[in-house]
Amino acid sequence: MAMLEIRDIHTYYGNIHALKGISVEVERGEIVTIIGANGAGKSTLLKTASGILRPRSGSIRLEGRELTRLAPHEVVREGIVQVPEGRRIFGRLTVLENLDMGAFTCSDRRRNAANLERVFTLFPRLKERSRQVAGTLSGGEQQMLAMGRALMANPKILLMDEPSMGLAPVLVDGIFETIRRLNEAGTTILLVEQNARMALQVARRGYVLQSGSILFSDAAAPLAENEMVRKAYLGEH
Amino acid sequence: MRPETSERLPGLSLGLVAGACLVLLTLIGIVEAFSQREIVSGVLSMGEGLLLFTGLFIAYLAADRGLRSAGAGRALAAGIVCGVAAAALLGGLVLLSRAVNLRQVLINASPAVFQMLLFQQEELLPGLALLGATGLLAGAAAAGLRLLPPVPRKAVTAGLVLVAGLGMLQDTVYPVLSSWGPLGDIADWVFEGLGLSRGGALLLFLAAAAASAAWAVKGQALRGGIEKLSPAGRRGLRFAGLALLAFVLAILPQALGLFLSEVLTIVGLYVLLGLGLNIVVGFAGLLDLGYVAFFAIGSYTVAILTSPELGFFSLGFWQALPFAVLFGVIAGVLLGIPVLKMRGDYLAIATLGFGEIIRILVLSDSLRPWLGGAQGIGKIPKAEIGAFEFAGPQEIYYLILAGCFLVGFISWRLRDSRIGRAWMAVREDEDVAQAMGINLVAAKLLAFATGAGFSALSGAIFASKIGSVYPHSFNVMISINILCVIIVGGIGSMPGVIVGAFALVGLPELLREFAEYRLLVYGAALVAMMLLRPEGLWPEATRRRELHEGEIEPQAEPPAAAAAGRP
Repeated sequence: MAMLEIRDIHTYYGNIHALKGISVEVERGEIVTIIGANGAGKSTLLKTASGILRPRSGSIRLEGRELTRLAPHEVVREGIVQVPEGRRIFGRLTVLENLDMGAFTCSDRRRNAANLERVFTLFPRLKERSRQVAGTLSGGEQQMLAMGRALMANPKILLMDEPSMGLAPVLVDGIFETIRRLNEAGTTILLVEQNARMALQVARRGYVLQSGSILFSDAAAPLAENEMVRKAYLGEH
Repeated sequence: MRPETSERLPGLSLGLVAGACLVLLTLIGIVEAFSQREIVSGVLSMGEGLLLFTGLFIAYLAADRGLRSAGAGRALAAGIVCGVAAAALLGGLVLLSRAVNLRQVLINASPAVFQMLLFQQEELLPGLALLGATGLLAGAAAAGLRLLPPVPRKAVTAGLVLVAGLGMLQDTVYPVLSSWGPLGDIADWVFEGLGLSRGGALLLFLAAAAASAAWAVKGQALRGGIEKLSPAGRRGLRFAGLALLAFVLAILPQALGLFLSEVLTIVGLYVLLGLGLNIVVGFAGLLDLGYVAFFAIGSYTVAILTSPELGFFSLGFWQALPFAVLFGVIAGVLLGIPVLKMRGDYLAIATLGFGEIIRILVLSDSLRPWLGGAQGIGKIPKAEIGAFEFAGPQEIYYLILAGCFLVGFISWRLRDSRIGRAWMAVREDEDVAQAMGINLVAAKLLAFATGAGFSALSGAIFASKIGSVYPHSFNVMISINILCVIIVGGIGSMPGVIVGAFALVGLPELLREFAEYRLLVYGAALVAMMLLRPEGLWPEATRRRELHEGEIEPQAEPPAAAAAGRP
């Protein structure tokens, strides 16, 4: 059984049918990516999975536990943690305070200390700057902080929304390298990305989303070779 | 020459701003209203002082600008130009008043105030010359002050502030001091007429300057000395400090007399209200403009439960108090539920409406048998403990003080707790707070409920203090005033609330002439704060960091990071 099972989800914004029966599965330890154009429903899917939007029908299960009706903060406790679009770090707090905020759901001090150590090992830059105000970090560092903060919440699966958005091309490589390292260290990741080329390089499998429906899914390598994907999402002719 | 000093005459634009301010102050009558009081008897009236200090302040800013762009010479020039320009505008106003009768439109443009601007000279020309010379000297003095090294600059400023402050508050400070035995003789010498004596002013100036300089020179060593003490010694010192504070707070009403105790109780009530609103606005970032509603609910609960006038219940104050707080908390939750999804402006407007709803309800004729209508509810009993009755301001002071300690303690514990952290996250970014696993509904409702409970407590004490409640005591201005208190003090900062309440509520009570100009002074204070010190008088750490990043960051950065350099 897959770790995360999203089955036949229908989500509406008022009368607008945003997700039209989507099913996605993520196995433990893999990176799965969802690619698609603007407005295809990628972010809506992540918001539904994390409980911010409630689907009209369908089910979301994590390790077999039904999460569909839970409030967002309860979903976090169950182990689905978001790295939000646009990083959204707490700009006025220090790096350490940001990480501390990530550990809000966990009051086990020893565990938090171990998590902090893990984050600092993954991102030594954050350790150097732990007392700096987060708003003064560079874009790449802010993305690291957003990931580190999410890791502090003991995620079983990370939902990443457009981690490369708004970053200089030089930094994008670094971010995807970090995602790969996170995954190698054992974190399961569901990655939503407009940069389909990079996303398909790190992911094991991918889903192509178009106007609220899954067009098709496959392992990442064949997807990257797919004629239609190449034309529509990789900008090749 | 330099792009940043595009004006040909340095300080001219600020000088015109200063002139406009002074002309405005003159024309609205505040200068004349203040002329009755004196800062230094026979030398400087408070009206003159208001003009002089406003001018000095703006000339100081002009000199500061000049110094930053082009050094000392330019700073001096900017200060002088600013002073002369301001004086020139005032002179122009005097000339205008001679040419046309301004009083037909501007009723406060009295001959007396123009005579004052001419330094009581019979002839126009010598008067204008004196005015101009004063402007020039004031501008030069302000620039000179700016050019002093920091230690003497702070010393001079401290001296000026003390002299101006004590001079203004002569009629409250002098009676108190003269009742303190041996201090009375000194007070008799320092004060004279309606202000300070010349010698007294000089003495106070020198004393404050010396104290400030001594602190600047020895303060570091003193702090170092304290840090070197053993933990036990430091604990002892802190205990002694707290004991001294407790002693001072305990004898304050007896030492200060009836009038100042009354002022203290009003300030205290605002501190209570401010600490409550600080939780909602400062900690959780929810802009609540209907905060007076909970104050009203607390007051009316006590009134209804205790007053024999309505005759439903005749509980004592202490029996009614828990109900007041409870109803406040319930009302906080009831307001909180419908506005959970609202943010920013929408939340502010909805809460504003809630405040008005409560006021209109208590004013309504149809609810009159239960809520008293426009006549309000009277005969509210005083609080008692055994035979001790909290009757007058000197007794109610202790009730309010106890309330402030209780509320301050709870605020402080909440801020550093898990829920305090949740509020901070909600304030910084609601969506992300949710993504961190924070229960938004619980966090927001708790903030509303706690703030409302504190406000209701304050309202309950207010009802017992006044002895009666009227709908018009609970208008929207109370909400705005409390908000001003926490903004001026520093949003989110608990000491800031106390400082803000003394500055915005205490001072106007002491300067009765202010009453008419209270809103004007509030507005001016808020604008000045936003321009010069947007983080507030006693800011909370996060805000200070945000607004002074450049100045604090180097210390905040550990050496390792500094050595590694920026990416």
